[in-house]
Amino acid sequence: MATPETRSPKSLRHSYKRNLKERSIEMLLFLAAFFSVFITFAIIYLLISESFIFFEHVSIWEFLTDTQWTPLFDDAHYGILPLVSGTVVSSLVALVIALPFGTIIAIYLSEFAPFAVREIAKPFLELLGGIPTVVYGYFALLFVTPLLQTLLPELPGFSLLSAGLVMGIMIIPYVSSMTEDAMRSVPMHLREGSYAIGATRFQTAVKVVMPASLSGIAAAYILGISRAVGETMVVAIAAGMQPNLVWNPMEPAATITTYIVQVSLGDLPHGSIGYQTIFAAGLTLLLLTLVFNILGHLLRKRYREIY
Amino acid sequence: MQIFKPSSTATLTAQKSVVNNLNFYYGSYQALKNIDMVVYEKQVTALIGPSGCGKSTFLRCFNRMHDLYPHNNYEGEIILYPDNENILSREVDPIEVRMRISMVFQKPNPFPKSIFENVAYGLRIRGVKRRSILEEKVENALRNAALWEEVKDRLGDLAFNLSGGQQQRLCIARALATDPEILLFDEPTSALDPIATASIEELISDLRNKVTILIVTHNMQQAARVSDYTAYMYMGELIEFGATDTIFIKPKNKKTEDYITGRFG
Ligand SMILES: Nc1ncnc2c1ncn2[C@@H]1O[C@H](COP(=O)(O)OP(=O)(O)O)[C@@H](O)[C@H]1O
Ligand SMILES: [Mg+2]
Repeated sequence: MATPETRSPKSLRHSYKRNLKERSIEMLLFLAAFFSVFITFAIIYLLISESFIFFEHVSIWEFLTDTQWTPLFDDAHYGILPLVSGTVVSSLVALVIALPFGTIIAIYLSEFAPFAVREIAKPFLELLGGIPTVVYGYFALLFVTPLLQTLLPELPGFSLLSAGLVMGIMIIPYVSSMTEDAMRSVPMHLREGSYAIGATRFQTAVKVVMPASLSGIAAAYILGISRAVGETMVVAIAAGMQPNLVWNPMEPAATITTYIVQVSLGDLPHGSIGYQTIFAAGLTLLLLTLVFNILGHLLRKRYREIY
Repeated sequence: MQIFKPSSTATLTAQKSVVNNLNFYYGSYQALKNIDMVVYEKQVTALIGPSGCGKSTFLRCFNRMHDLYPHNNYEGEIILYPDNENILSREVDPIEVRMRISMVFQKPNPFPKSIFENVAYGLRIRGVKRRSILEEKVENALRNAALWEEVKDRLGDLAFNLSGGQQQRLCIARALATDPEILLFDEPTSALDPIATASIEELISDLRNKVTILIVTHNMQQAARVSDYTAYMYMGELIEFGATDTIFIKPKNKKTEDYITGRFG
């Protein structure tokens, strides 16, 4: 042990070397955080400023109320509603599949499955999440649509239903794995409290574990919704890319994302009104996802978990 | 099997449960060895002993908590009266056991629900839906847990907003709401301050005539204060069991005496 005599008289002062190290680490972390925030703002700035050019030609009122979206026709209409309806309907179909199945799988894996089953099922689900979306798209077009047509003979070759179903299947692993993580992070002593008064596994899962992990589950759902709304490939391949104002999933339609891909792959000159539409569409998509994220944030705050 | 006689100072009461030659294994590790004990009805029985001696393990056999985890094994019997049935038997449903033998844990573990719903939980999972019945039972349980006066005006508040001691009394109310026959306490005050501890101890003394209580504690003063019977455990074995007065004043076993007089533990 060092006696006071053997210590240098300055032993209590700030160490210059340590300070420098701490500072540079701090700076690095700050830069990383700053960079991602910067990119986000740059994207938002780009979308808004480019949309301005669009809105100089088309009024916001027309954009929001016109029921046709035909920017590339001679008789051009600039109503975003057909793209919004396509996006909403395909997303709803996807979520009707992904949220319940994702949740059920999560409950099973987190509360019921024996260790061995979980160890096998988890990587398998993650594998499903890693399949390229274009594969899902052709799976929808070449397998699911014909299958659905045997049940629903009037279903067209391109439909929101088929695209939405496959999107739902695609999103299940995301929802289930995040929901499961949220549920498993609930401490065991909370579950034991429930078991100890005679609750079954299912009662414990639904009445204690799920409420206790609500914010994590909400985050999983929001992620699922965001993925559904932002999904491009599957709908582009299987839903037909025709902007139709329809609320019936048995129809072909385009979504915001498929429209953006369609136009950006074409050869419209930058600055033309046709080209600028993609920024207006992109801004709409951003606002749509923003709404979900804010909703999720509010939900999380409302049901902040404390054990 | 060894037969224990309650001392003359403790009131002679009926047996609620008899433990016969109980062994318990976590996988291949034997945590309990040949335990024989009697639990007397509407009495408080304390389990004492140094940390790691198997008190919690023993307590958790009574409501089959070990069934929740794989590789746990019971051997022997815990007979529950008046059924005269071995609750460790494979034919017995652990959920039925827990319906009648409830538990309060070391750390208060209220559910992320309102105060009312926390207490009503056990009733709801038993299918009670009538609001009037729920309200009556919740109030009774909260009164029995000495919490009613403090929370009656804010039953809708989240349980987390209560203090630690109140949360623990809430957990006791939650366990009491379904009228259990035996209440198991696993070091219920070890996470609480002295004032909250005193109130829980008082509560346990008040409950002794309503329900059979088994309490694990590493605090010997607490065992002496609240219990009628005491069991001293050491390394998975039950070293001595008897009326609390006897155990604390003139223990028969040298190990018990050493522990109680503070020579180790
Ligand atoms: N889940 C478990 N798996 C394996 N061993 C355990 C487990 N829980 C407790 N033990 C062991 O069993 C013995 C008794 O533990 P426990 O009953 O918790 O003791 P106490 O409550 O008296 O402190 C200890 O040696 C402990 O390490
Ligand atoms: Mg213990």
